[in-house]
Amino acid sequence: MSKTTIIPIGPYHPLQEEPEFFKLHVEGEKVVGLDIELGYNHRGIEKLSELKTFEQTVFLVERICGICSTSHPLACVQAVEDAGGVEVPERALYIRSVIGELERLHSHMLWLGLAGHFLGFNTVWMWAWRYREPILELFELITGNRNHYGMMKPGGVRRDISVEDIPAIQKTLDGLKGPICLFRDAVTDDPLIRARLEGVGTLTKQQAIDYCAVGPTARASGVAKDVRKDHPHLAYGRVDFKIITGKNGDVFDKAIVRILETLESIKIIEQCLEVLKTLPGPVDSNPKEIMAGEGIGTYEAPRGEVIHYICSDGGNRPLRHKIRAPSFMNVPTNQTTVIGQSVADATIILAAVDPCYCCTERMAALDAGSGRRILSSAELIRLSQAKTAKLKKEMGVEGPRLKI
Amino acid sequence: MTRGQPGGTKEKHMTRDELLARVKERLGDKIIQWTDKSPRRVYVEITPEDIPETAQLLFREFEARFSIATGVDTPTAIEVLYHWAFDQCGLIFTVRTKLNRDKPEIESIARICKGAEWIEREMWELLGITFRNHPDMRHLLLADDWPEGKYPLRRDYVKNG
Repeated sequence: MSKTTIIPIGPYHPLQEEPEFFKLHVEGEKVVGLDIELGYNHRGIEKLSELKTFEQTVFLVERICGICSTSHPLACVQAVEDAGGVEVPERALYIRSVIGELERLHSHMLWLGLAGHFLGFNTVWMWAWRYREPILELFELITGNRNHYGMMKPGGVRRDISVEDIPAIQKTLDGLKGPICLFRDAVTDDPLIRARLEGVGTLTKQQAIDYCAVGPTARASGVAKDVRKDHPHLAYGRVDFKIITGKNGDVFDKAIVRILETLESIKIIEQCLEVLKTLPGPVDSNPKEIMAGEGIGTYEAPRGEVIHYICSDGGNRPLRHKIRAPSFMNVPTNQTTVIGQSVADATIILAAVDPCYCCTERMAALDAGSGRRILSSAELIRLSQAKTAKLKKEMGVEGPRLKI
Repeated sequence: MTRGQPGGTKEKHMTRDELLARVKERLGDKIIQWTDKSPRRVYVEITPEDIPETAQLLFREFEARFSIATGVDTPTAIEVLYHWAFDQCGLIFTVRTKLNRDKPEIESIARICKGAEWIEREMWELLGITFRNHPDMRHLLLADDWPEGKYPLRRDYVKNG
């Protein structure tokens, strides 16, 4: 008779530096069930946003995620513009696309490195992050920051990309093409990587549709959906690029889709830069007021579609601000992809959707009167120690007791 | 589960207006209000009772993608907005329904569309909306011992403390 054992991964994930709790139910080495628990790090951003002006909201949502930190602002400003009927100058649209695609580049490189790390290929990790570094330096050149660029605002962007900087950007992009092609060939050629990834954690096309998966997770399963193509916005309707799709929906296809997408991103940036060299005009329409109404903004983040809904009563703050990050739709697909697989493959399968937990959770418990955190860290330590003491008493174990 | 028997891939080649005309025809008298806000955004109001059938129609027959749902506490009602994406013509089709503020209750659509499972759990705990026949209703973001009847996204939450 088989016996089901629960293997906990998390809440402090041994590899990913974010709290989420995967309860793996296993029989022998085979995973037979998965329970996902969220909510360890909620920050209340949707509620907080109702207290901010439309300009401040953009900075707030930028803090949702440290990796796709421009995707949320992009969706947010588009929601505000949709609600308030705000026009955006053409030059700003191209700049937004450049920033968005540079972010996709560094985010996919980051995932590629992490995937290598999860598989035990630490060389892939080191090299992928080494090639990601120049992109962060490029961000510093363009925006002043390596991350959290603060570029977006309702009506345009905060900083122009100067024509003098374009050759430097182009040089970095040229330097990336070789390494990315090297990664592409190395992954497709390496028999060990293929053995670890092919046929592992498969999400079928039908499952991807049923779970409403988005981004590379869906595209690897053959669902050719990409908000950049389907809902053309920013400069995406004016540049030429391909939607990369896979067939099998396994981890291998998810990796390949991401690697090939970085090459498409470079193509998009180059086309935008070509236009930016000559396109004149302001980069901000400076909207004075946001009309009453409701608006929806979507953007294809590196992990898939981000959608923001904003409702305005004509004042300077949103009445309601709903945020949906791509991981909210992609993480549940783990409940099917990991079933029947071996425990050893679970880490890479769970990581293959490129999960971003901090995006999925946006809440913290605060006392409404004083605004104080209900559970401070001292409180958590006290609770933890009290529980240990209780358990020890129940189990009849004696031991040293810590004092707070 | 299979989807999209009637129509099937045909919808993919429809223009925005053709698609909306067909959706309008199929929804028929379920529509309380139809707002063609802009070329890319349409808002439609439906009664709570008609939501499962509407979801079935949009997701299975018209192959719309369930993007997300938004719960809003307004002075007169608790509103749920189901955002459906028609990716074939770049349209976001929002179905709005208004629930009684005193006892917000609606049939779950998670059995029709698996992607709605988590967001219904979130709306239940944050706004106190009861989703009937949800396959797995328990806390998603809040702690398991969160006090009952306290809904952080309700307007009166601050007053209750």
